[in-house]
Parts: sequence; structure tokens; C-alpha cells
Amino acid sequence: METVKQLASEKAAVIFTKSSCCICHSVKTLFYELGASPAIHELDRYANGRDMEWALRNLGCNPALPAVFIGGKYVGSSKDIISYHVDGSLKQMLKDAKAIWF
Amino acid sequence: MADGSPRTDISTDVETDDKNQRFDRDQYAIAPVASDSSDKSKDPKDQKTLRRLAQNREAARKSRLRKKAYVQQLESSRLKLTQLEQELQRARQQGIFISNSGDAAHSNSGNGAMAFDVEYGRWQEEHNRQINELRSAVNSHASDAELRIIVDGVLAHYDEVFRLKGTAAKADVFHLLSGMWKTPAERCFLWLGGFRSSELLKLLVTQLEPLTEQQLVGINNLQQSSQQAEDALSQGMEALQQSLAETLSSGSLGSSGNSGNVANYMGQMAMAMGKLGTLEGFIRQADNLRQQTLQQMHRILTTRQSARALLAIHDYFSRLRALSSLWLARPRE
Repeated sequence: METVKQLASEKAAVIFTKSSCCICHSVKTLFYELGASPAIHELDRYANGRDMEWALRNLGCNPALPAVFIGGKYVGSSKDIISYHVDGSLKQMLKDAKAIWF
Repeated sequence: MADGSPRTDISTDVETDDKNQRFDRDQYAIAPVASDSSDKSKDPKDQKTLRRLAQNREAARKSRLRKKAYVQQLESSRLKLTQLEQELQRARQQGIFISNSGDAAHSNSGNGAMAFDVEYGRWQEEHNRQINELRSAVNSHASDAELRIIVDGVLAHYDEVFRLKGTAAKADVFHLLSGMWKTPAERCFLWLGGFRSSELLKLLVTQLEPLTEQQLVGINNLQQSSQQAEDALSQGMEALQQSLAETLSSGSLGSSGNSGNVANYMGQMAMAMGKLGTLEGFIRQADNLRQQTLQQMHRILTTRQSARALLAIHDYFSRLRALSSLWLARPRE
């Protein structure tokens, strides 16, 4: 639990993914497109990846992956990210967290 | 139906005694051959003719009886068949797995695809009806309050199609991706099982003028955002395709029968199956994008502008569908 929370606060934008997950790839691409440089944690490359995924689920992340944190707070999964991007709030969240500047 | 073959040949194998008996019985039915009313003529020639005619009549009568029996059998079989078909249809609609003469899995997907096509057809009809209502309201200068009710109705109905597509994606994702439920011209511009929001917004900008500065900024931002989301999803799909290709092409093509190779193959297939499973997620996100874009557009625009936007979108797609019909009916050399 600690590991996930710690990692989630280490950078303005943090995304937990799986290397094999292609929807995760889409979310990453969107962040790069916006000029944010999110910290990417591919849980299948971590020894305790399973536990970390469990921890995310316990934090309310559904589906567990991809899990997007901005300014240390859980924002949502792919569906939420798309919705927030469409209504403009994603960009605002990134600006507020100083992940992007314009 | 073993004994169903009709025997229409006139049988001549009647017992002689029988023949004579019937001859006597049917005497009243015998049409006089000779003008001589005294038919008790012992002229052998006449008797032979009369006997032959009686035989023919009898054979014809038997033939008619057999035909009647056969037709009755056909009728009852036809009734039974109709009943069976109806039962089958009912059972299929309830989702009970019934295999076709083809393979079972195909039948299952076929049901999902068919069910969706039917439901989509109904959705389209209702949508057209609502649009017509909206058009009359706009043309008759209805009040904003009245327009808002209809516009909200149209948008709520759009939510319904996305819900239908969600269910269909679970049942048969490939059918949705194929676009076979749309007309050819629409299919040509299909993106992840539907329309491209960014393209739609490009069309609308010119038709929605005059827009306030703030609205213009809003619409442009919306167009850019939907474009970015579309690109991100497209790239995810490309990554999926690449990943699938890698999975299916890896592994040795060594000698067959090697148990290691078989295990490899099955492992590959299992992994590939897992990857295909994510397609449904992509379609869901693409539809989510479409739904969010429509709703955001509605937030930016006034009620009247939203009404015009919805009419414009409908007109565009109707023309695309009409184009498909024209294309399909075009004269060819």
C-alpha cells in the first residue's frame, strides 16, 4: 500500500500500467501528446507487481489498470481520462499540478 | 415421409372379381357409350369397352384419394414446420444456445450480430422520428423551452445507442468493428466502430455561425481534444495489432508432432486470445469519446444551436446513407 502511494506522489503525473496493456498505451500516448511527462510504472516488471495491483484496487481503482494519479490524487482509469480530457478538466488538473504549463 | 411418394400411374392390377363387382355397382355411373339405351347388350366388344372405362374410373378415383391423403400429409407437415421454426426463433431470442447446421460458435455470434442489427434499425427509426420533430420545431420557431425538451430527448436517445453498442461489443466485437451494420459509404469512414467526433465538429463549425468568441474557443478546443483522444486510441490499437502479430509469429516452426511445439502453439493462442479480449475495451472507449463529445458540444452551445447541430449531423449521415444507396444502384457497363 505504501509503495503505491509513495510512487503516486513522486511526480506530478503518475500512471500505473502493464506493459502488455494496449489501453494503457493509449493513455500514455495522450499524456505525451499533452506535453506531460508522466512517471510510468509497469507493474508486470515489478517483483511485487501483483501486490501493488491489489493495493490499487483497494484504493478504489476500478479497473485497477491503467491508474492515473495527478498531484498525488487518483484521477481515474481510461474512461475517466477520456471524459476529463473532452471537457477540458484534464488539462486544468495537469496545469494545477504543474505537470504542464499551457 | 417414407411412404409419401405419390403413385399417379393408373393401376391396372385390379382383381378380376373385384372389377366385375365394381362394374355392377358403378353401373349407374357408366356413361352410355352406345346410343342404344339397352346396355344389357351381350356384345363382347361393348362389354370390354365398358369394363375398361370402369377400370379407368376406378383407378382415377383411387388416384384422387391417394393424392388427397398426400396433400393432407404435406399440410400437416408444413404446420408442424412453422411451429418448430417459431419455437426455435423464440428459444434463440432467449439466448439459448442452438446450433445451426454450421458450427455452434458461429451461430452464437450470429445471434449477437443479428440482434444488434435489428435493434440498431429500430434505434435509427426512432432517431429519425425525433429529428423530424426537432426540424418542425425549429422551422416553426418554437420556444427555447420546447426546443430544449426535444434536444434533451435526442441526446438521451444517443445514450441509448451507445448502450446498445456496449452490449453488442460484448456479444460480437468483430461485427461492430466490421461496420457491416452500416451502409457502405458510412463503413468507409468508420473509425473504431463508429464516427470520428473530430470530423463531425469540423463539419459543424461552419454551420453553427454565428458563435461567440468563447463558444468558438470552446468548439475548437473540443475538436482538438477529441482529435488527440482519437489519436491516442488509434495508437493503442496499432500497439495491439503489433503485439498480436508478434505473439502469432513467434515460436519455432520446427518439426511437427514435437510436444514442445504443441505446448508453444497453445500458449501462443492463449496469449493471442487474451489480447483479442481487449478489443471490446477499445470500442467502449471510442464510444465513450463520442458520447462525451456530443455532451460537451451541447454544453458549449445554446439550445437553438444544439438543435441546429443535431439536425446538421443527422443530415450529413442521411446523405452518406443515400450516397450508399445511389452507389449500390448505379448503372454498370
